[in-house]
Amino acid sequence: MSMPDANGRVLTFAEAIREALAEELRRDPRVYIMGEDVAEAGTPFKVLSGLVDEFGADRVIDSPISEAGITGLAVGAAMTGMRPVVDIMFGDFITLTMDQMVNQAAKIHYMSGGKLSAPMVMRTTLGATRRSAAQHSQSLHAWFSHIPGLKVVIPSTPYDAKGLLKTAIRDHSPVVFFEDKMMYKLEGFVPEEEYTIPLGVADIKRSGADITLVATSSMVQVALEAASILAGLELSAEVVDPRTTFPLDKQTLIDSAKKTSRAIVIDEGYERYGVTAELASVIAEGAFYYLDAPVKRMGAMDVPIPFSPALEDLTVPTPQTVAEMAKTLCGKI
Amino acid sequence: MSDAILKPETHPTVDVEHWLGMYEQMAKIRAFEEKVNELYTRALMPGLAHLYTGQEAVAVGVCEALTREDYITSTHRGHGHCLAKGASVDRMFAELLGKEAGYCRGKGGSMHIADQETGNLGANAIVGGSVGIATGAAFAAKRLGNGRVAVCFFGEGALGQGLVYEEMNLAQLWKLPVIYVCENNLYNEYTHYTETTAGELEGRARAFGIHIEVVNGQDVRAVYDVTHRLVERARRGDGPAFLLCNTYRYYGHHVGDINRTYYRSKEEELDWSTNRDPLKTLSDWLIGAELADQETFTQIHAGVEREIEEAVQFAIDAPYPDPIEVDKHVYA
Repeated sequence: MSMPDANGRVLTFAEAIREALAEELRRDPRVYIMGEDVAEAGTPFKVLSGLVDEFGADRVIDSPISEAGITGLAVGAAMTGMRPVVDIMFGDFITLTMDQMVNQAAKIHYMSGGKLSAPMVMRTTLGATRRSAAQHSQSLHAWFSHIPGLKVVIPSTPYDAKGLLKTAIRDHSPVVFFEDKMMYKLEGFVPEEEYTIPLGVADIKRSGADITLVATSSMVQVALEAASILAGLELSAEVVDPRTTFPLDKQTLIDSAKKTSRAIVIDEGYERYGVTAELASVIAEGAFYYLDAPVKRMGAMDVPIPFSPALEDLTVPTPQTVAEMAKTLCGKI
Repeated sequence: MSDAILKPETHPTVDVEHWLGMYEQMAKIRAFEEKVNELYTRALMPGLAHLYTGQEAVAVGVCEALTREDYITSTHRGHGHCLAKGASVDRMFAELLGKEAGYCRGKGGSMHIADQETGNLGANAIVGGSVGIATGAAFAAKRLGNGRVAVCFFGEGALGQGLVYEEMNLAQLWKLPVIYVCENNLYNEYTHYTETTAGELEGRARAFGIHIEVVNGQDVRAVYDVTHRLVERARRGDGPAFLLCNTYRYYGHHVGDINRTYYRSKEEELDWSTNRDPLKTLSDWLIGAELADQETFTQIHAGVEREIEEAVQFAIDAPYPDPIEVDKHVYA
């Protein structure tokens, strides 16, 4: 468990992202940020506030509302010596960038026999319950996780976000970095000193003995709250955060499930054909002889995200629904 | 459209050796494509290929105006671009046959040849897919101050895809050194472009205020001249340009597209190959101006044929990639 020093600084998730970007912009002149309203506006979520003041408008670059255009431009710039960080304001808008990410960025290294590469980062968001309706609320990280050639990062804490983003910017392959927009104000310890976190290393957010809750991004806090509820019922839940869907730290998931013999996989993407299916399959194969119950999956309900709070809140797992599922799996009904 | 062939007079800035070099490049592309067609017909080549025959003056005229360090992006119909930018025929054939000695270790094939050493950022099978890459390369060149220019080759069919317009907007907005070379060979696959394209082709670039040139794509002199000017312009920092080259694809959409009369006539094909052939146009001009004789061209063709034969044999003899290669190069 990589809990940072409890005496360290506290930053919000947004501040941790901003600090990672600032450090990498300072370290490497090839790095630039491009996106809609990234400069003076600092994005609608204010994640980038102030960066343009230090680095100037030619490194923190406001673009037209052309998601495909700035992504394609980033692919070419990355292939010829730059280190682009593309800002796609809402994860729902990645659909507009698909050809450039899937057919261009993901494939150029392989198609060229290893001669060319596209070292770029796409930062975007995921997560519902912001009352933003069907086109500003989806969690589409499974789409990119499906594509060989791309790496996908889904951090859940300020500490992880900073360390993983710095690694992503230094990676030689295209990386898509999903930030839960409901988490931007989440606080956590982030040390002053420089650090990075390798991609493909899961983190155990809470140790436990009775059941494994594999949770990603926005669902890590949900799982931690569920674990607290379960603790009151004398059930000890272990919360495992893969932190990246690719590369995927299969072994940590499997080892945890072997230890607890029960597992629920929780992710905010649509449940159907989603991240939960992949992770559950990893556990089912890897820990088969140790399991006392089928691996359960909890994702977003398979509906377009509704606007009305009364409906939207029904579409994503909550601490209560996760705790209920855990109790059922543990035979405590 | 300017179909007028330049008068047979000595070119003011380019000497005869240079023109003969361009002729040789065009002859090499044509011989390469003839051999590709033969390999396909004899079932010696896996997959398909999209032949560049008839359009040679565009690739050669444009690439002759570039340095080795300048960038190009190419298309599914890209063999001509790759060769004109400096690729060698042996490694090209090896790639087409899926051999490890190919430019992409056999992993790219006919539609994805990339050659970093000659500034070729790759051929693309999404017709407008490389416009972002070329524009991004121009963005990087400007940021890094290395003076390079990026040329983006695409066919008129690519004008049906929206990415082209997003990139043109960015390029003009930021005055990027990129030249969009639109090769209008009249057909989007099997459909005449007038059935798919509203308005004027060059009107698209005009909407962004991008500098436009229209050229007879069958005349390498005209293509070279105009590209030379556009490259100087881009290097000066005057921004992007749109170069519309009117040209013609002698063969079908791909090597298997044999019976074409349902979408174009044999008379039309014959008219282009007889009266507007880029090789003949250049050789007639040089002979008429008494700068070369028929023997010169006979020798060029003989040399090219030898090179092609040796290259094909090299590719046929070359080994396939080891199975261990299959999951290499997924990540850098």
